[in-house]
Amino acid sequence: MSELQLVQILSPEGELLTDPEYPLEISTEEIRALYRDLVMVRRFDVEATALQRQGELGLWAQSLGQEAAQVGSGRALIPGDYAFPTYREHGVAWAKGVPPEKLLGMYRGINHGGWDPRDNDFHLYTLVIGAQTLHATGYAMGIQRDKSNNAVIAYFGDGATSQGDVNEAFTYASVYHAPVVFFCQNNQWAISQPIESQTKVALYRRAAGFGFPGVRVDGNDVLAVLAVTRAALARARAGEGPTLIEAFTYRMGAHTTSDDPSRYRLAQELDEWKLKDPIARVKSYLTRNSLANEEFFAGIEKEAEAMASKLRSDIIDAEDPYVEAIFDYVYAEPHPILDAEKSAYINYLESFTEGEKK
Amino acid sequence: MITLGKAINMGLRRALTEDPKVLVMGEDVGKLGGVFRVTENLQSEFGEDRIIDTPLAESGILGTAIGLALRGYRPVCEIQFDGFVYPAFDQITSQLAKMHARSLGTLKLPVVVRIPYGGGIGAVEHHSESNETYFAHTAGLRVVTCSNPNDAYWMMQQAIQSDDPVIFFEPKRRYWDKAEVNEEAPSLGLHETRTVQEGSDLTLISYGPTVRTAIEVAAVCAKEGRSVEVMDLRTLSPLDLAPVFESAQKTGRVVILHEAPTFLGLGAEIASQITEECFYSLDAPVLRVGGFNVPYPPARLEEHYLPDLDRTLDAIDRAFAF
Repeated sequence: MSELQLVQILSPEGELLTDPEYPLEISTEEIRALYRDLVMVRRFDVEATALQRQGELGLWAQSLGQEAAQVGSGRALIPGDYAFPTYREHGVAWAKGVPPEKLLGMYRGINHGGWDPRDNDFHLYTLVIGAQTLHATGYAMGIQRDKSNNAVIAYFGDGATSQGDVNEAFTYASVYHAPVVFFCQNNQWAISQPIESQTKVALYRRAAGFGFPGVRVDGNDVLAVLAVTRAALARARAGEGPTLIEAFTYRMGAHTTSDDPSRYRLAQELDEWKLKDPIARVKSYLTRNSLANEEFFAGIEKEAEAMASKLRSDIIDAEDPYVEAIFDYVYAEPHPILDAEKSAYINYLESFTEGEKK
Repeated sequence: MITLGKAINMGLRRALTEDPKVLVMGEDVGKLGGVFRVTENLQSEFGEDRIIDTPLAESGILGTAIGLALRGYRPVCEIQFDGFVYPAFDQITSQLAKMHARSLGTLKLPVVVRIPYGGGIGAVEHHSESNETYFAHTAGLRVVTCSNPNDAYWMMQQAIQSDDPVIFFEPKRRYWDKAEVNEEAPSLGLHETRTVQEGSDLTLISYGPTVRTAIEVAAVCAKEGRSVEVMDLRTLSPLDLAPVFESAQKTGRVVILHEAPTFLGLGAEIASQITEECFYSLDAPVLRVGGFNVPYPPARLEEHYLPDLDRTLDAIDRAFAF
């Protein structure tokens, strides 16, 4: 395994390659569906970014450029496989079927995570870097005890690999053979810090030290990501333990809408990565091989516009939370002190309304 | 007669027997039975899948316990010593405590974190701390502590049955204290303060390892003609202060005794609330006796740090001097 290993099935030019280690059985219809996913996810992200610029969201974490890594891995999951995302996994959420407008709630300040994770086996976004990798490992330990055929996927970034929790998750998953796939999107940047400031070795090689396989995949190649993730999940289901996947990709946008990448990286780097765009190569493949026509592409564009338009109205029309929500969900069981605090504050608020009535 | 440590073991065993989703996990809890033998023989009875010897990583214990809870399990985590809980602090305060709220009530986190705490056993650094306030200050957690074998037996089971995360502080220097355990029924709920013995002149409030100290103090006071009411808080979050207010209104004098540093300790919160609720009944300011605001000292100095019988009697003298 060379330092420069990189699994690739669809070249940036849209040429279909084969990797003997990761054979991929996939129909044209499935590739067309993946293309649709990629376009929808990018359109979603563009709309959310616009909503932030227009003051409708307090913040947005763009997934621009990482669509293939997220869609490819997300589509490798089967029902019952549980995903633990960071705050940028919008493409995985899409693949898992989470209603898009629900992802915006926390960024609008309506809630801290507005979907029921059990509906789609997609956990809430975790903001403390790396913490969710341990939750994923524990969940996988539960799957083991249930003797279920499912697996878990834990998402994190290149920066997170420096965190203790990620290294502890690797250790726990390894010694227990937990059915978990560690999916690292190496997008080259942790806010302003380049990958070189996090590691001296290729990230996928870290897995060897923990005793499980690591693989680097072209993160902008949705087919390669799909194949590699399927293989890792199959390995997990077979009781062979965890795999680390390093999806080699690029954060085309800023860390978040509050960030200014021009202060720390060169525009030239972005230009180079634009040539490896995850969507363009699928379109190129479909066009070159006459597997889709203009009508197909236009139809998806139209669908994406409609989704974006609905997203916009859904979030602008979203109701603000009610005041009692501050208190209502802190504990599962009754809590007299919180109840007293809540009723005192509600009475206080009502004292103003009573004044107005007079 | 059963020791407090054995009573916790019995409580765990009963919970494990009654609910197959209950797990015990931590460092050395399996084969060894824990460094204090609290989990002794559980692994041989319930197997390695339910009594889990974990790698040596506290954040990992808590983080994986959260994942197991999300999958429907009820993990009971052991942190080997009080001073070793800090590597797990993010998982407890930012993840475990908040997940129910941030999921708008959809996710339940029935995780118990057992922490042997407090000094008095001549230990080395990081093995004698009373850090309950960090957790009582964190919304989303419940914090309790036992002072005797019967409470240890029942409170452990009640904590495991709670659908909220519970930090369960175990008074390690009292692990070997013996008393009767009534296995028929609990005398109190998990979040109820107990009046240990009634009195009319002063209310002495304590919890965990210093409850025994408080009982000894009351005995000395009785000989001096002072009738001291002793209260064992048991629940540190939420506090159950209604019986405390009633007692303070009756006696008019209150002293709070705990091992933790007094600055911003639970005594400060309780004193504040007593002042708000019982102002006109008080004959003296509410006084606190506790640890100094210093790092826990080396073993040969710990007798100076630990609030003992004499320091408590001194505070009581001051309360009566008003």
